[in-house]
Amino acid sequence: MGNFAQAYSWVDIRFLLQGLGVTIYVSLISIALSFIVGLIFGFIRNMKIKYLSAIVGFCIDIIRNLPLLLIIFFTYFGLPELGIVTNPILASIIALVIFEGAMLAEIVRSGINAVPIGQMEGARSNGMTYMQAMIHVVLPQALHKMIPALLSQFVSLVKDTSLATIIVLPELLFHAQIIYSQNSTYLIPMYLIISVMYFVVCFSLSMFASHLQKKFNS
Amino acid sequence: MIGILTSHWSEFITGFGNTILCSLIALFFSLVLGIGFALLEVAPIKFLRIIAKIYIELFRNIPLLVITMVFYLVIPQFFFKVSGFVAGTIGLSLYTSAFIAENIRAGINSVGDGQMEGALSNGMTYTQAMRYVILPQAMRIVIPPLGNQFINLIKNSSVLAFVAGFDLMYQADVVALSSFQTINTYVIVGVFYLILTLPLSYYMRYLEKKLN
Repeated sequence: MGNFAQAYSWVDIRFLLQGLGVTIYVSLISIALSFIVGLIFGFIRNMKIKYLSAIVGFCIDIIRNLPLLLIIFFTYFGLPELGIVTNPILASIIALVIFEGAMLAEIVRSGINAVPIGQMEGARSNGMTYMQAMIHVVLPQALHKMIPALLSQFVSLVKDTSLATIIVLPELLFHAQIIYSQNSTYLIPMYLIISVMYFVVCFSLSMFASHLQKKFNS
Repeated sequence: MIGILTSHWSEFITGFGNTILCSLIALFFSLVLGIGFALLEVAPIKFLRIIAKIYIELFRNIPLLVITMVFYLVIPQFFFKVSGFVAGTIGLSLYTSAFIAENIRAGINSVGDGQMEGALSNGMTYTQAMRYVILPQAMRIVIPPLGNQFINLIKNSSVLAFVAGFDLMYQADVVALSSFQTINTYVIVGVFYLILTLPLSYYMRYLEKKLN
């Protein structure tokens, strides 16, 4: 047990908390950007614009069915080959936004589809344009329906940031690896505490999701 | 691009085979565990429900990579040495089983209470009612979400690359490093993944539509 007391010295804990800070920072930026991307592309896919919607839909399906790790590799090692210079933080944010944006677009699409067609027809026959009907009538109801799915996607985004250790993003798991590579007896204490940290962050988000779900169902 | 594919054909095929193998093994164990914990979660005994809840929330809220690393690095310190492939497959099974359990539980809950009451009042025991009445109906509802979990499982199997599991992603790294043609290699590997996931994903969408 002596290991635990030593491993959890303030210096190490502070170092881990810095990692957690990077995890949360990257997650928050990616959540905000991928939500916007997902909303726009899910919307375009649903608008049934000739060719454009089909192409967007196909791209979304391709990205959704690739492993995130592959996309992370691509943005970090592949983009420089095309002359685009990235750093770990930028590369992981780009990868997360591409991947989660596609996942969210799919959620948005099925959310809009879940709103009965009569809502749109009713709004249109009351003299609204397509965009007005979408923004004021359909989207608010759709967002309401998709909030639980959106939040659980955000939880998996937070977990997925750990994959970016492979491109040396200085996040929680990477900082833990630095600590236990200097002293291998810290291996177990480190995995224990980062599991707790990830759990606390993700579980509180999950709890918030199920709270919202209950609130909306009643 | 064709050049890399032909010159590193054996690496790609080994990786492809390992990815499929790992996914199938993990699918089997995560289904078994998932059904088991889903049944515990709806069990009439509170203690069992709490155990299932703890298991599910634990594995759902910790990154897959952390779970896999624990099996790869921590378990050998206490018990026996595990290869990267085994550690990855165990991690993947446990992680996915938590999601599958949640899906199946939702399926069981969506079968009306009346079904259970009807079966019980016809003289079935709880186990019989679950086995012959509730589960068959629930499984039909949960097939599309289970299919999506299987797609996620195939994609998540790329975590084996972290623990030298010789899967597709690992081989991609090896080929990219030796051939210096990063983008081409990743495009080829992407196509290999799509061969597995894309048909499955379209089939699930078709099933979903059919069920609605």
